[in-house]
Amino acid sequence: MYDLLIAPFLEFEFMRRALAGTVALAFGAAPVGVILMLRRMSLVGDTMAHAILPGAAIGFLVAGLDLFAMTAGGIAAGLLVALLTGVVTRLTHIKEDAALAAFFLMSLALGVVIVSMRGTNVDLLDFLFGSVLALDDETLLLIASIATVSLVVLAVIWRPLVLECVDPVFLRSVSRAGALAHIAFLGLLVLNLVGGFQALGTLLAVGMVIVPAVVGRFWAKDLTGMIVVAIATGILSAYSGLLLSYHTGVPSGPAIILVAGGLYVLSVLFGRVGGIVTGLLPRRHLEA
Amino acid sequence: MPAQLAFRDLTLGYERHPAVHHLDGAVEKGALIAVVGPNGAGKSTLFKGIVGVVKPLSGRVERLGLRRRDIAYLPQLAEIDRTFPITVYDLVAMGLWRQIGLFSGIGRAARERVFAAIAAVGLSGFETRPIGALSGGQMQRVLFARLLLQDAALIVLDEPFNAIDAKTTADLFELVRRWHHEGRTVLAALHDLEMVRTRFPEVLLLAREKVAWGDTAEVLTEQNLQKARRMCEAFDESAGPCRVAAE
Repeated sequence: MYDLLIAPFLEFEFMRRALAGTVALAFGAAPVGVILMLRRMSLVGDTMAHAILPGAAIGFLVAGLDLFAMTAGGIAAGLLVALLTGVVTRLTHIKEDAALAAFFLMSLALGVVIVSMRGTNVDLLDFLFGSVLALDDETLLLIASIATVSLVVLAVIWRPLVLECVDPVFLRSVSRAGALAHIAFLGLLVLNLVGGFQALGTLLAVGMVIVPAVVGRFWAKDLTGMIVVAIATGILSAYSGLLLSYHTGVPSGPAIILVAGGLYVLSVLFGRVGGIVTGLLPRRHLEA
Repeated sequence: MPAQLAFRDLTLGYERHPAVHHLDGAVEKGALIAVVGPNGAGKSTLFKGIVGVVKPLSGRVERLGLRRRDIAYLPQLAEIDRTFPITVYDLVAMGLWRQIGLFSGIGRAARERVFAAIAAVGLSGFETRPIGALSGGQMQRVLFARLLLQDAALIVLDEPFNAIDAKTTADLFELVRRWHHEGRTVLAALHDLEMVRTRFPEVLLLAREKVAWGDTAEVLTEQNLQKARRMCEAFDESAGPCRVAAE
């Protein structure tokens, strides 16, 4: 049991680093994901994750595998696409989801082309699926900082952010903070995706944001409960996924997301709030 | 009574199409006014203009001695995401925005006020329920509790009694009457003409343009109502620029 569950982390530093990075990621990404899901913006998260790729790739083209250049490029590209989507939706008759789908395909294609111009196939795989087992000190620090910033900023904008979701017109009638909160939230989303990008790559970064959040929805009725469940799901997925990868040799990033996916399937079936099987259980209705 | 709110040649709308067209008039302090008109007459738009959510295309709304926070606004039920996992207590407590703003905590005294407001609308015991579990009438009671906490000089109610049963309507109207007696100004968009005739002293009959505004008996004549009904709801996509505005 000890060999199975704990030894890999004691024995190998890269496993400890991977665990620290993904656990930190879970703390920032899960609450962002819960809000994203409740605002029906899950697809936005997906798009932004892919939008980061060309930015990071340009950073790579200019400076090689330099954390700062790739991160700065990724953040810039993410924010740019957020802005462009807003503009296209506002100025044309295209609905937001269509605009997003168009941007995300373009970003992905552009990113792959740019990486291929300079890098090898190994680089490309790292960009697409991350390199969670190769997190260096700076990257770990970056992910931890992003988690810290996320939690602090969320605490600051929490009230207007929640009210903007429930009753936006009322919020606008008492305060101008709604728009600011929304922009700050999009900024947090981009930051967390950039953090996730380092560990899980552009294709899976959004996995740590959305999947734990959806799991949370199946177990809790209130916001706080959802966030707690989402963070726990993120941590459990990181830990189990790394172990799965260690013992069976499957790639780590996909293993982590697969575990999260497995928890999602279990929740859909057996979740306390709205699970399919739970709903089929023959229980007598209440008296009042 | 001095005016509290004045519309000066006010035009409100969307994408240059007017929803409220060249409205003039004043709301006196302490007035109880029903805003009546067919769907698409501009009632909601006018209210959003009053609270500042919709900006005028031309003309202006004068809020005389009113700060933004002195106006309390009840949106239509449809504008609220009732699937969002927030509790009755938390939503009602947002009526304290004026005191707590973005960051302040809710102290013991404030907490008592929230509980009192929830009790005043007859929902004691519902504090920890998510709003998704409420009926339409209960949800409207929650929003009235929030209005109570806002303690505003001007209260704007957008279709407060739509799809609400008689008992709830009577209970909630009692709050409106109380606000009126406390000297607050109340504007309410309504469709139930019987209710307007018996309970509202003043009416603004709106059909994009002002049809009539004044004492209820004088405004709600068959002739005026027919005139309001004739208003065409759809915007004319090929409409040219309004000449009145250019002058």
